[in-house]
Parts: sequence; C-alpha cells; structure tokens
Amino acid sequence: MALVSEIDLGTPAPRSEQKVSLSIDGRHIAVPAGTSIMRAAAEGGTQIPKLCATDSLEPFGSCRMCLVEIEGRAGTPASCSTPVAEGMIVRTQTDRLARLRRGVMELYISDHPLDCLTCAANGDCELQDMAGAVGLREVRYGYAGENHLADRKDESNPYFTYDPAKCIICSRCVRACDEVQGTLALTIEGRGFGSRVSPSAHENFFDSECVSCGACVQACPTATLIEKSVIEIGQPERSVVTTCAYCGVGCSFKAELRGDTVVRMVPYKDGKANHGHSCVKGRFAWGYTTHRERILKPMVRERIEDPWREVSWDEAIGRVASEFKRIQKKYGPRALGGITSSRCTDEETFLVQKLVRAGFGNNNVDTCARVCHSPTGYGLKTTFGTSAGTQDFDSVEQADVIVVMGANPTDGHPVFASRMKKRLRQGAKLIVIDPRRIDLVRTPHVAAAYHLALKPGTNVAMLTAFAHVIVTEGLVNEEFVRTRCDVVAFQDWAAFVREPRNSPETMASVTGVPADIIRAAARLYATGGNAAFYYGLGITEHSQGSTAVMAIANLAMATGNIGRPGVGVNPLRGQNNVQGSCDMGSFPHELSGYRHISDAATRALFESDWGVALDDEPGLRIPNMLDASVAGRFKGLYVQGEDIAQSDPDTQHVIDGLKAMECVVVQDLFLCETAHYAHVFLPGSTFLEKDGTFINAERRIQRVRKVMEPRNGFADWEITLKIAKAMGYSMHYDHPSQIMDEIARLTPTFAGVTYEKLDALGSVQWPCNEKAPAGTPVMHMNGFVRGLGNFVITEYIPTDERTGPRFPLLLTTGRILSQYNVGAQTRRTQNIVWHQEDRLEIHPHDADQRGIRTGDWVKLQSRAGATSLRALVTDRVAPGVVYTTFHHPDTQANVVTTDYSDWATNCPEYKVTAVQVSPSNGPTDWQRHYQAESAQTQHIASSLAAAE
Amino acid sequence: MRRRIFVARDAGAIAVGADRVAAAVAEAARRATLDVEIVRTGSRGLYWLEPLIEIETRGARVAYGPIRPEDVPGLFACGFLDGARHVRGLGDTESIPWLKRQTRLTFARCGVTDPLSLDDYRAHRGCKGLSRALTLKPQEIVEEVARSGLRGRGGAGFPTGIKWRTTAEAKGDEKYIVCNADEGDSGTFADRMLMEGDPFQLIEGMTIAALAVGASKGVIYCRSEYPHAIATMHAAIATARNANLLGPRVADSAHVFDIELIVGAGSYVCGEETALLESAEGKRGQVRAKPPLPAHVGLFGKPSVVNNVLTFAAAAWIMAEGAESYNALGYGRSRGTIPIQLAGNLKYPGLFEAPFGMSLGELIDDIGGGAASGRPVRAVQAGGPLGAYFPRALFDTPYDYEAFTKRDGLIGHGGLVAFDDTVDMAKQARFAMEFCALESCGKCTPCRIGSVRGVEVIDRIVKGENREANVALLKDLCETLKWGSLCALGGFTPYPVMSALTHFPEDFGLAPELAEV
Repeated sequence: MALVSEIDLGTPAPRSEQKVSLSIDGRHIAVPAGTSIMRAAAEGGTQIPKLCATDSLEPFGSCRMCLVEIEGRAGTPASCSTPVAEGMIVRTQTDRLARLRRGVMELYISDHPLDCLTCAANGDCELQDMAGAVGLREVRYGYAGENHLADRKDESNPYFTYDPAKCIICSRCVRACDEVQGTLALTIEGRGFGSRVSPSAHENFFDSECVSCGACVQACPTATLIEKSVIEIGQPERSVVTTCAYCGVGCSFKAELRGDTVVRMVPYKDGKANHGHSCVKGRFAWGYTTHRERILKPMVRERIEDPWREVSWDEAIGRVASEFKRIQKKYGPRALGGITSSRCTDEETFLVQKLVRAGFGNNNVDTCARVCHSPTGYGLKTTFGTSAGTQDFDSVEQADVIVVMGANPTDGHPVFASRMKKRLRQGAKLIVIDPRRIDLVRTPHVAAAYHLALKPGTNVAMLTAFAHVIVTEGLVNEEFVRTRCDVVAFQDWAAFVREPRNSPETMASVTGVPADIIRAAARLYATGGNAAFYYGLGITEHSQGSTAVMAIANLAMATGNIGRPGVGVNPLRGQNNVQGSCDMGSFPHELSGYRHISDAATRALFESDWGVALDDEPGLRIPNMLDASVAGRFKGLYVQGEDIAQSDPDTQHVIDGLKAMECVVVQDLFLCETAHYAHVFLPGSTFLEKDGTFINAERRIQRVRKVMEPRNGFADWEITLKIAKAMGYSMHYDHPSQIMDEIARLTPTFAGVTYEKLDALGSVQWPCNEKAPAGTPVMHMNGFVRGLGNFVITEYIPTDERTGPRFPLLLTTGRILSQYNVGAQTRRTQNIVWHQEDRLEIHPHDADQRGIRTGDWVKLQSRAGATSLRALVTDRVAPGVVYTTFHHPDTQANVVTTDYSDWATNCPEYKVTAVQVSPSNGPTDWQRHYQAESAQTQHIASSLAAAE
Repeated sequence: MRRRIFVARDAGAIAVGADRVAAAVAEAARRATLDVEIVRTGSRGLYWLEPLIEIETRGARVAYGPIRPEDVPGLFACGFLDGARHVRGLGDTESIPWLKRQTRLTFARCGVTDPLSLDDYRAHRGCKGLSRALTLKPQEIVEEVARSGLRGRGGAGFPTGIKWRTTAEAKGDEKYIVCNADEGDSGTFADRMLMEGDPFQLIEGMTIAALAVGASKGVIYCRSEYPHAIATMHAAIATARNANLLGPRVADSAHVFDIELIVGAGSYVCGEETALLESAEGKRGQVRAKPPLPAHVGLFGKPSVVNNVLTFAAAAWIMAEGAESYNALGYGRSRGTIPIQLAGNLKYPGLFEAPFGMSLGELIDDIGGGAASGRPVRAVQAGGPLGAYFPRALFDTPYDYEAFTKRDGLIGHGGLVAFDDTVDMAKQARFAMEFCALESCGKCTPCRIGSVRGVEVIDRIVKGENREANVALLKDLCETLKWGSLCALGGFTPYPVMSALTHFPEDFGLAPELAEV
C-alpha cells in the first residue's frame, strides 16, 4: 500500500442533518448546516490554504491563511471559523486574498529556519506546502530581525523532540492535548512574539504532565514536534492500516514504513474505535518487535534445568508431536491441553482450540480471559443473553451519567478515557466506585460528582445497596421492566434488594462508604438521564466477580439504561483480543459463539465440518489443569502467547503445576516466565508480521494486516498448523481469511463476516449476520438476546480472604499507563523510563505506623507468599488498603495473591488479598531464588548462540 | 447649621491631592469647631481644577479650585463656607462655562452625589430606569434601547439594541451580562470616573440589560490598575444587594440578578471582548475567533451581552427618560451624547459630555484650550492607541462614528490625545507597532509577528535604509494587519501608523508624494 495521506477537511463534521446550499468560487454545493466554509470548500474539492486548522480540532482562527471574501460582508473572515449560510456567495481566490496570504506567509518565514532540505519534516510539512501554495517568493523583512531561531530543542521525551525554533504557534498541539487527549499538559506561555508552547509550567516534556499520547506530534504541521524515529530514519514511503496489539480499545493505526522498517505508527482517522487518537503504548511502544531479546529460532531441551538448544523448525515441531503423542498414549487423551492467547488473532485462537478439540481429542482449552473477564461472559450471558459489552465506544458521547467502577481508564484504556473525559467536560456527571482515587476522580476540567472509595471486595454490597435505593425510592423504570424483562424474576429481585439488610445504611459499614453518599449516587444513576456503566477487572477479579457483573446488569435493567446509545453495561476489556479469544471458543465448555459443548446440534455442526468426533464433556480450566498436573493426571501443555507463570495467581502453585508436566510447549516472542518451565520454545510472531483480526471491547472485528515478513519465519497460525499436521490432524489454510470463512460458517454471530467486508467497511461489530449485515453497534435494542432480561439475586457474600491481626491490610492491584500487563512488551521499549519498577502505594497513616517512607523497601506478605518492593506513601489509597502494579516480573505480585476465585468462573481474586507490610532490606529469599533459577532456565547453549 | 463640603474621591483627584485637601478641611473645621460634613463625590471631570472643593450654599454649589492643602486655612478665613470670594473661587459650579456647555446625561450625577449613597442616587433620579423596566416586557426594553439609537461606547459603535435582541433570542439555560470595564485606551478615563462617581448607574444599567435578555448573572471585568474603582464597585454591589436591588428578588420582583466583579491581570487585549471572556473564565487572555458571537456563545459558552460601562450607564438613562429624549440628540447615525475624554497636551483636560457632532477643532482648541505647552497642537490621536492621528487639516471632522471612519479614523471609546508641534510622528508610528507587539495575545500571526516586524521596518525607514522599498513593505504589512488580524488590536494598529505616514511624511524623512496611500 502506498503512503496513506488522509484528507484533512480542516474542521470537524457538524452533526446537523439540515442542508445549506451556497456558492464557493462560482460552484454550488450543499452541505450540512454548521459546516465551516473551509470544510464545505474542501468537500467540493477546493483546498483553502490553512495552517492552524485540522479536522480533529475545533476551529481556532489564528493562522489567518484561510481568509475568504463573502459577498455582502465586510472584511475577510476566516473560513475555518465561519459557518456556511444559505445562499452565501464565497470567493476563496482573489487578488486581495492572495496578497494577504502571501503577506502572512512572509511573516511566518521571517521567523523560521531555512533548513528545509535537512529538516526531518521535509516532504511532510504543511508550512512548506502552504508557502508553495501561496507563492511566497521572497522574505523582504530579512533575517536580521528578532527571531526564535536559537531556541533550544527539548529532546527529553524518548519518542519525540520539540524544536521551538520551528514552531509557528498554531496551537494545534495545545488544542490536541486539550480537546483530543484531555490532559491539558500544554499551554502557550507568554504573549505576543514571546508566545511559546510550554509543557506544564515551563518544564520539559518529560518532566511535565504530558502522557506521550502523541496527539500533539500528530497535530503539528511542521517539524516542531516530530518522532525521533522519523529524524533517524527519514520519511516513510508506504502505509499499512492495522490494529494495535495492546489493550482492548483496539486502535486503528497506519504503520508507516521505509522498506521493511517501521518508521512510525500513526493513529488512523477512520479507525472506528479511536477516531485518530492513540496512547503512548500503541503510538510509540512497538520497539519490542525488534528487541534483541526476541527469540527467533525454535529451541528444545530435555529437562528445564538444561540449557536451551536451538534447532530447526522440523525438529522442534517433531519433538512437540512425539512428546504429545507419547503423553496421550501413556496418560490418556485428556492429559494434554492448550491455552489460547488473547494477544493473538481470532484466527490463531480459533486454530488452537480446534487443535485441542479436534487434534488432541479433548476440550482442555482455556484462555487468559479466565483471569480477567470470564465473569463478564458469564454474568452478561445470564442476564442479557450475550457474553459481551452492550455498546460501542461512540455511545459514551450520549451518556449523561457515567459510572466507572473497578476500572482505571486513563491508565488502562487511555484512548477511550480521552473520549469519556471529553464527554465529562461537556457536562456529563461522573460516579467513580473504586478503592483508589484514580486520576479520573479529579483531572483537568473533570471532577467526579461522587467517589465511592469502597473497601476492596465489597462491590456486590455496594451495587445491591444501589438497587435498594432504586427500588425503595420508586426509581425503577417500570415500563422498561414490564415490557423488556422477566417480571417474575424482577419481583423476586426487588423483594430481595428491598430488604433492610441491603440498605445503604446497613451496607455502609461493609463498604466503608457513608449511606447518604451511596443514596445520592444511586439516585443520580437512576435519574440523571442516559446512564452508562463502565467497569474493569476491579469488578470481575473477585470471588463474587460474576455476581457483581449481574448486579450491574440488574441496575441497568431496573432503570431502563440498556438497549440504546448512551447507556449500557460496558466491560473495558484488557487485552487487544480478549473479546475475540472468548468469542472463538477458547473456554473448555464452549465452542465459538458461546455455544455449550454439550449441545449435540452444535457439536454435530463442527464434527461434520472438521471431520472428527468431539468430546461432549467440558475440559479443564487453567487452574484445574495445574491442579491435575500436580495430581499427576495432566502432562502436556501448548501455551500460545500467554505467561501464566507471571500473570496467574499464586505463582508457586503455577510453578509447581508446570514443573510437574512432561512437555510444556511455549510459543512466544520472548523467554517469558512460563518459558522457564518449558521443554520446547517456538518463536512467535508479532502483530506486525501477520494477517488476521482482533475484536475489541465493543465487539468490533478489525483487520490486522501484515506489515512485514515474520522475523521468526512463520506467523503463529502457521505454527499451530505445523503442530496439527505433525500430530496427524491436518488442517489446511492458505490465508487467515479462510479461517475466518470457517468461523463464519460455524458461528451464527459471525455468519456475515468476511475479509472483503472488513476491508470495505473498515470494521464490523458482531453480531454480523443476515439480520445485521453491517454489524451491531448497540445490542439489545429491541429485545434482549435471551428474550426477556433476567434479574438475578445478588446476595453479598464476603470473600474468605479477610484481614486479621496477621494480615491487617488489603492489597489490590492495577496497571499504569506506560506499561502493559506483565510488561513483556513495554519493558522492552523506552516506556521503561516512566516506570522502572512496581511500587507499593500505602496510605500515610499505615506507613507511619510501620515507619515506612517513600522509597523504602518493604516486604509484602500474604498467607500465600511474600515479595518485596519499594513503597510510595500516598493518600490515593484509603487507610487499610495497599496497591501495586504488576508490570515487572521481579516484583512477583502474584506470589502474594491467593487461590481464591470467582465462584462461577474461577476468575482469580486478584483484587483482594489480605497482607501485612513491613520494612525490609531488599528482595525476599524467594525473589532471589527465583531470579537465580530463571537466569539458569533462560540459558541458551553457548555453542549454538556463538554460531549464530 | 451643618454645612456640606464636597471633595472628589475620584482617583484622578486623589492623584493631585484631594485626600490631603479633604483632611485639611476636616482639620480646619475641627479647630474652628464648625459643624461640617465632608461628602466625597465623584469628579466633575474638570481635571485642571482638581482638587476642587464645593460648598453647598443657598441651594447651589460654589466651587473653589484647584486647592492645595495649604490653601485651606485661607479658605476658612475668607468665609468660603458662605460662598465668599477667593482667588481660587470659581463661582457657582453649574455656571462654570466648561461644565455649562456640556449635556450631562450619563454623567449627570457624577461629581454631584455621594457615589455610595443609595438615597442620594434615588434622590437624583436613580433607579427610575429600573423601576420602569420592571413594568415592561423584555422585548419592550430591547426595543426602547434600540429606538434610542444607542451604540456601544466601547469603541465599535455596534447598535446596542441589536446586540441585546440577539442575546435575548439566543437559547440558553443561563445568560450573562458582562460589563467591559477594562478601560485600557491611552487618554481615556470615563469608565473609571463613572464607576468611582456613580456606580449604581452601572449596576442599574446591567440589571436592565439582564431583564431585557433574561440573564441572572452579571460580571464586571475591571482592569487591575483601577483600585479605587474596584473598591467603589465592590461597596456599591454590596449596598445594592442589601437593598434588594441585586439578588434573588431584584427590587422585590421575581427576577434574579447578581453581579460579580472580576479584576484583570494587566493585559490590554483583555479589553477585547472575546479575550475578556476567556480571561473572565480564568483562562489565558486570548482572543476567540468570531463567529460565534458572544451574544450566542459568550461567557462559559452561554449567550452573553458584552457592553462597555458607558453603554450600560446610558441604557439606565434611556430607560428612565425615554428613548426619544436620547435619540433627539446627536449627529447622523450617532445618537445621544458621548462622554469625550480630553487628554494629552491640553490646557483644559477632562471629561466633556456632549451630543455627537462637535468638530474636532472645537473640542481641541476651544474646549481643550489648545496645548498646555502653549505651542500649537500638531496632531490629535482619536480613539486610543489604535486610533488615527488627525492633523489640523482634518480638524473640521465632526465628532461622529461615520465621519471619523470616512477619514480613516475612529472615535473608539471617546478619547482624544493632543500633541503639540514637538511631536515626532515617526516615533509615534513606531510606538503604535511597539504597543501592538507588547500587548498582542500572540494568537494570530499578523499581530504576533507583524507588529515586531513593523517596528523593525519603521526603524529602517527612519534610518534611511532602502526607504522606498521599506515604505512599500510597511504599507503591505499594514494591509496584512488590517485585513488579516483576528481582532482589533492587530486590525487597528495600521490606523496610527498609516495616518502618521500619510499626514506627516516629513517625520519619516519622506517627500509628501511618496507617502500617499
């Protein structure tokens, strides 16, 4: 694909349906009311010169290049800030306008370096283009006057530079930071000729509040803000539109390349999830794809104590097949299993579960959604009938009340958070329910109406108290309940929540939140207009995770906040393709599209297509696989792109399970923690190296396109095919599109999905079938998928994990903006400069009692284990609560987490662990031992390493 | 019998010693055990006579001025309390010709009443306009103001009735009345005088505007350089609140209206209405592009009336006395009176309120008395630092918006600054560019860069470098500034520059024909 240059219409599209007709340079055109003259002209094919206007930002009117003449109006108004009017006669080209534009350009260039030939933006500079367009031929002011040419460059940010000498003060960066990102880190400092872009209060970019989302760099029309990679490599020559492989927002990007070298990733304006915005991870943190630690050759070893030996693909695949066959022969067909990856494509995930079900002959397949959103799947299926969020992201633009519960969007889902913040700045009300004071509680121009800082583990109590208020105060949307829901179930539920034991007054002592605040927040949710729930793993990763999801669904149904734009129940899904991996039948009990394995008709469909008989018994979940392994019944595991040794709870138990297996096959980019216990390592491919699809949190199926050949030799789906073939179950596909065809053939909710359609429409949201050929942005519009909405009684049952004298504090965990999950990728990029270690947040009161200061090493001990890390004393957490991130393997946060899990789905209770914190001298023995062990198990035989 | 003595509390009077004079009067009265009440009023605006003392005697006031503190014992000694003759005696105040020639509508009370006495205000026809407005429908108020022909006194001369009508018709859950009291033009002081001398009139005018457009909140944005005006306005607002003129039941009606005073931070461009709105919102004082008009999207995004102090004050008079009385005065399309501020090198500087239409020459030479230096007046800058310089040849120009526009000038906020024949007009032109550079918000390119280049180009012209080419460049730059700038700061900077160049080419080292536009 040649370099994709999106057309910039100058100003955003208006929402109006009404048309206005006008004449521009004698040409008659009709555009929606509220369109700027500039945009109208651009739509009619006339490019009016511009510098400060760009269609992602509101018009600003500062550059004065876009002046036009309008019949009957005095002066020369700016076309960007002047809307069209019926019958308007506009001239964009007159002698006077030409003189004015040239006059303005002459002023610009009188304070701009004349180094176009050696400038990194040469060829991609709007100032250069406009100077050409207006025909500037000389700068009569000369260059001896006052200027900024000697201003110092700021190179503090790892990814981009700020060169004030080249700045034309168009404020696009400032406005992008304000309007698009909503961080408001930039301003114009000084006034008049002294006006300069300033990060925060005259700091450099790195020290400022800048979150490196890249919006300013993208908005900059010159080389003032430019990617260091462009400075280093040069201008890209081709683009490939693809989908980001970090979080569940699913941002669309243009990978811009020179040859096979990625020059930069630029968010794609037509991306339906991100509308041209990005965060520091997707925009900049792709350097891991070429990191020196990436493994590119298959490796095997007899025992995990042995050094790795690089081998040919044939030998590695042969080893996998022979070992797996041996294990099945010796221990039976159910001694094998596989784990699909939420980081891989739908097609790859589908193939792994197919390999397990059809090739291994059992249903021992599970996925990392087990440890994140499995309760979402269960809870929403039970109440609504579908295991997915109900809205598209655009829906937030119509929300009046936004509830954020157990999620930290500005860190975890930053691009969606920016859109949410935009809506909040427009006046929507915010309720945050979270033990920790997340950034959203108070961020520039956004403040939560209520922050309910509940005790970890009391979500169900809180949500049921909300329900109590809604039912007892007559706030139920009775018509919605009567027409759309199971009324009997509703009555049972209403009777239950009505009980005084569920009142805010009773629950106040459980949740630690005063009753009047709970009541006020519940009233706001029920009566504030369109109310939408957005939640994350703070809801699901609990022993009552599924209950909490259903409690949210109950509230949405009771108040009628479901089934239209602006409302809904919205899980913010963690990984790029966790929705897809679930949709693809990664769970042991479900085939693709969430159909139970015990259903004979569904099974028959697959059996005839795949030509094998399928086991009708659900297989083992990840924790059960590990248990079975420790018990000696489970011996071989194929792990594609998941690091259970770091990400799953109770690390010691995971390690014990892995160590007890006879053949662990890890397919990954790096020697991850799980690979320490592997016998075969198959090098995986990155998202840049393959074709496929990802499905984001709004059920949007988006194309992943191959940007370059796999450096490891094969795309992941091809590797799975090799294993299947060697195992004797041959699958044949020439291209992932054929896998999608099979998915569509076998999955009713995907029946209408083809690569052709995805290419034509950009993306579709499932269900996509005959009834909804272009997909379904908002679900349950005219009825729930299950028919009538089902209310479920949500009895609050406290977790068994409780504080006591030995473990008086509650640990909860989360993420930070710059790092991604276990950090395998982001730690291998320059994002590391923002987060070099995980720290333990502890309230000043608790810290004082223990004599802990910020920066001190502390030991974090639970009944499961102990780890050490450094402390950060902050009142972001309430007294009694401590918090850490889990991006660094050295931290070993999961050594501490317990094996408690959601009653319905086994999703681990990461978010509540009773702990004690005490001063320490450094890493624990366990950490030292583990570091030593992993150093050994990472060892690659020197002879081969040298021969490379 | 208690005697009332009047001394101005106006900042201009204080600057020349009014406080010290008032103290001296009090001290002298105490020594003589005389029963006197010193009333601190606004200024009459006869600044060359300040500190001015007035005595109430036989139902009229007698004036003495200018008075130094050391003159006070002598005044007492000569019996000034009874209106006795004195070397500084000026006779009946109202008969002072300079005052008598005026038509004081907006400034009728200024210098007469105690600015903070609501009783005084009411006794001098105050609150009449509001009382009448409360009996009218909002549209009727708007139409009354429209009929009066009142135009915005801030400088642009936009018809006030149309502005109010637009705001009244705009949809908004909240609307604002914004008073522009960021009086930054050189040689202007009428807003300050009114706020210090008759603050209730401003409050009344804003309240009438609020009734007309349906606003419940008002904001006065006052420059920080006016500490006395700020203090007076704060006190007046508090008094108005206590008297139920402001608050949840305006004058016992169902209307809600209150006023907040916001103090600027020292930026000329914040007197530009959109920059003022940004600043009032707590943001950087940066100009907004128009449209949208403040009448549609104003303070905090809500429909807002933004008017100058004098406009609101005039509206109060119009509501009290009727549109027709106001409209009967004036010249051409400039109706009513204008408080003209005479400043610079003049013998009689001060505030002169008169109907539009007097000639510039009459104002400068006759009313202003010519240059204080005794030398001939060579140029007058009309309308503040962005106004054109008028040479004597144009002194026949009638004081009227259109007549000034026709001669490439402007009335602006009513300021006239006179210069005698020692002025260097090239320096004045340079100063205009320098002023623009200093005060530019930096948003638009012509103003941000152009003003700096303007200074450089004028320097080159004066030095004689490539004079012809640089004059051409200066003219091009002025065209770019005039048509290309976002607001009037950059847009009007060419007026002083080009008028200086056109009318006084010799100061630039040019033969007259080269300077022709």
